Order: sequence, then C-alpha cells, then structure tokens
Amino acid sequence: MSEIEIRDVSLSYDTPAGRVQGVQDVSLDIERSEFLCLVGPSGCGKSTLLNIIAGFIPPSGGEIRIGGKAVNGHGMDRGVVFQDFAQLFPWRTALGNVAFGLEMKGVAKEEREKIAREQLRLVKLEKFVSSYPHHLSGGMQQRVAIARALAYNPAVLLMDEPFAALDALTRDDMQRLLAEVWHETKKTVIYVTHNVSEAVYLADRVIIMTPHPGTVKSEMKIDLPRPRDPLSVEFLDYQKRLLKELGQDKPHN
Amino acid sequence: MTLTADRIRSWRRAATSIIGVLVLYEIVARSGYFPAVLLPPLSKVAATLYTSLIDGTMLQHAAATLYRVLFGMVLAIAVAVPLGVLMARFKPVENFCLPLASALMPIPSLAWVPVFILWFGLGNTVAILIVFYASTFPILLNTWSGVRSVNPLWLRAAGAMGADGQSLFWKVMIPAASPFIITGIRQAFLRAWIAVIGAEFLAASDFGLGWVIFDSKEFLNADLMLASLAVIGFIGFVFERVVFGSVEKATVMRWGMVRAAKT
Repeated sequence: MSEIEIRDVSLSYDTPAGRVQGVQDVSLDIERSEFLCLVGPSGCGKSTLLNIIAGFIPPSGGEIRIGGKAVNGHGMDRGVVFQDFAQLFPWRTALGNVAFGLEMKGVAKEEREKIAREQLRLVKLEKFVSSYPHHLSGGMQQRVAIARALAYNPAVLLMDEPFAALDALTRDDMQRLLAEVWHETKKTVIYVTHNVSEAVYLADRVIIMTPHPGTVKSEMKIDLPRPRDPLSVEFLDYQKRLLKELGQDKPHN
Repeated sequence: MTLTADRIRSWRRAATSIIGVLVLYEIVARSGYFPAVLLPPLSKVAATLYTSLIDGTMLQHAAATLYRVLFGMVLAIAVAVPLGVLMARFKPVENFCLPLASALMPIPSLAWVPVFILWFGLGNTVAILIVFYASTFPILLNTWSGVRSVNPLWLRAAGAMGADGQSLFWKVMIPAASPFIITGIRQAFLRAWIAVIGAEFLAASDFGLGWVIFDSKEFLNADLMLASLAVIGFIGFVFERVVFGSVEKATVMRWGMVRAAKT
C-alpha cells in the first residue's frame, strides 16, 4: 500500500465567468519517503491539489488516503510550508514558532523546546532560536517554517513553492538544505513548483500538470544519484526533457 | 543615537509644549483683565494642589476616579474582546451585534447618566457602568476589525498544526489582532476618562475628581478646580506614555507588527 493514495480527485468551482474545473480526476500513488514534485504552468491546479491534500479545501469528488486513513480536513499527519514568508507568527520567536505544533499536541514545555531546538539545528538556525521573524531574512524565515512543519513529526511534508519568493542564490542554498533535511528525516514530500531545475534537483518523481482543466499530463522519474550536480549532462538532459513535456522547449523569438 | 538619549529627547519635547502653554496661561492670569478668583495664577493653583496632595484628599479622589475607570475598563475588555472575535468569526453574531453597536455607539455616555441614576441610584455603580458603556464600543469594533484583518495564512498554519477553539483564540487570534486591540483600548481609555468625570459630576456623591470639580464650582474654588484638572491631565499623560507606551513596546513593536515613527 502506498503512503498517499489519491483517487479521482476533482475540484470545480463557480466564477462570474462560469464553472471552472480546477482539478480533474487526478489519481496518484506516493510511496513512503518519496520526494514528489508537482510541476506545471500557473492555473494547472498544482497548488489547489496540494491544498486539497492538506485538507484546506474539500474536493468536489474523489478521495485521498494517507497511511490508509481517509483525509477529512487538516490533520497533524501533515506539515505544511507556504510560499509567503508571512506564514510565521510574528509574535513568537523562531523557537516559539517551531514549538507551536508540539504545544497544540500537549507536549510539556521543556520537551517541546528541546525538540524545537533540534529542528532549528537541522535547518542551521541554532543561533537564532530567540529571534523574532521580522529580524530574520526571507530565507531564514522559510527555514523556520520548514522546521515548524517538521517539529511535530508529521508523516508527510507538503510544500507550496516555498522558495519561489527568494533570490536565486538563496534559493540554491535552500534547495541544498532541503535535500539534506529530507535525506535525514526521510519524510514523504509533495512539493509544488513551476521551476524545472528545482524539480530535477529535488524530486524522485515529477508529476507534470496542464491547465484547463487541471489534469496530470505525464510523470517522469528522476534517476540521478544524490547529491545532484545541476551542471552535469544528465541533469541538464532531464531539465530539457521536462521543459519539452511542459511545451517550454522552444527558443524565444 | 542611544535609546536613552532618544527617550530624554522625547520627554523634553513633551515638557516644552506643556510648559509653553502654562506660561501663556500665567501671562493671561496676571494681566489683570480677569478677576483672580476666576483665573487664579499658577502659584495659587500649585499651592492648592500641594496642600490637597499633602493632606491626602486629592489622592483619595484620584484613587476613587481611577478605580472607577479601571474597573469599568476591565469589564469592557472582558466583554468586548471575546465578543469582537466572535463577531469577526461568526456571521450570526455579527448580524446580531453590529446593528446594536451602530445604534448605541453614537449615544453619548453622559446621556445615560440620568437613566442609570434612576436604575442604580447614586454612587460607584453608575460611574463604573458609564465607563463600561463608553469603553466597550471602541474595543469591540477594533477587535472586530483586527480579527477580520488577521493574515489568513496564520489561521491555516495554526489549523494545520492542530490549533482550534481555545488555543486558536488565545494563541493566534488575540496576538494576531493585538495591534488593533491595543488601539481600541487606548481609544477606550480616552472615552472612559471623559465618561467618568461626567458621571461623577452627576452621580458620585462625595468622591472622585469629577465631583471635586463640580463641587468646587459651588464655592467658587477655581484653584481647586484647576488643580483637579491638572491631576486628570497628569494621570492621562502617565497612562498614555508609560502604560500604553510600554505595553506597545513589549508586544506589537517588539514583534515588528507596528513600527515606531521615524524621528
């Protein structure tokens, strides 16, 4: 049995311009400890699908099971990281943010702070435990967000373009760090991105989605040893093939 | 520039404007155009203030007034903050409360004093209820706006981490809306002072700064009236600068949710 089973999930909603099929009949199986990337142009429903898996939006059809249990609303078997830096609670320090989920779980203060410290060490922020988010850079805030989503030990990590708002250099660092964190924690990750090289760098498998309606077009296994070298011929070849799948391989006029 | 230098500078600025106005008053008072009984010079006011402070009467009156203000405001906070959150979260509560607030808010709190005297008799109850009435609406409406403008991502993130009910209220809603709630309490404090002095004019027998002012009029004690006004001004100033200022610095400013003005 797969860790995550997605069966015929659809979501349609009404807009002033008529009924929109945001996601249509998506079925996926995701193995335990797999790193899955959802890639596609904007409007292909990749973020919507992630929000459905997170339990923020109920699907209008189909079913999702995580560890055999049907998803109904959000739950602590999933950790979520958003794109927006503002996802952190400004009134809590880095440590307080990371400890939040454990606090909700009823873990004693001393224990949860110990775990939160470990998580912050994992994302290399051990020196910033008592900093408030507004004193941290965008990249650091996103690292706190990752630590926060991991701290209460969910089975699955859901990430919605977490590095899209960062500058290119920081983004590279963050991708490297995330690959390390994933290697260490062995979480099942579903990662939404529109960045092809990011997908090839991180994913075991890439799901390519197309818009109107949002459907899965194809998938591609990334069979490269880790840590991956973004300048290797094989890497660039994957990138090229992925761009072709997305119809983005034609040179600009 | 150091923080202490900043602070000294800001106090000096405040002192300059206040002293400027006092000097102006002294010039007018000593010009001889007005009878000294009505416009006593500052030295006279200061002397009255000093004796009333020394014999403890002024402190007693100030304490009585402050007690009414704080009691009424604590009641208002206890009612208006939870109600404001509920209004922002649940449409039926909003539908029920908003028309009531819109209708009651424009009624000056002083207009209720005679009604409350009829219902509750003279004394503390009326003053406290008037303060409660005056301070409820700014806190209610600010909390309501504050919760409606909470970043939805915080709610999603908190929900994903298992927050609901009580924990969502105390650990997310209240801190997230705190810049608005503090603003509401500040406005409420101002209204509360206006209300309490008015209520004391009419409803407080024997105690309170408002009563002192009203009572002094009967005996043409302009100096005592002005001394009481000075005490009111002083308490207001201390609350605004010290109490609210420190609360802001320790919370919303420390969290980067509001910023200090540029110097």
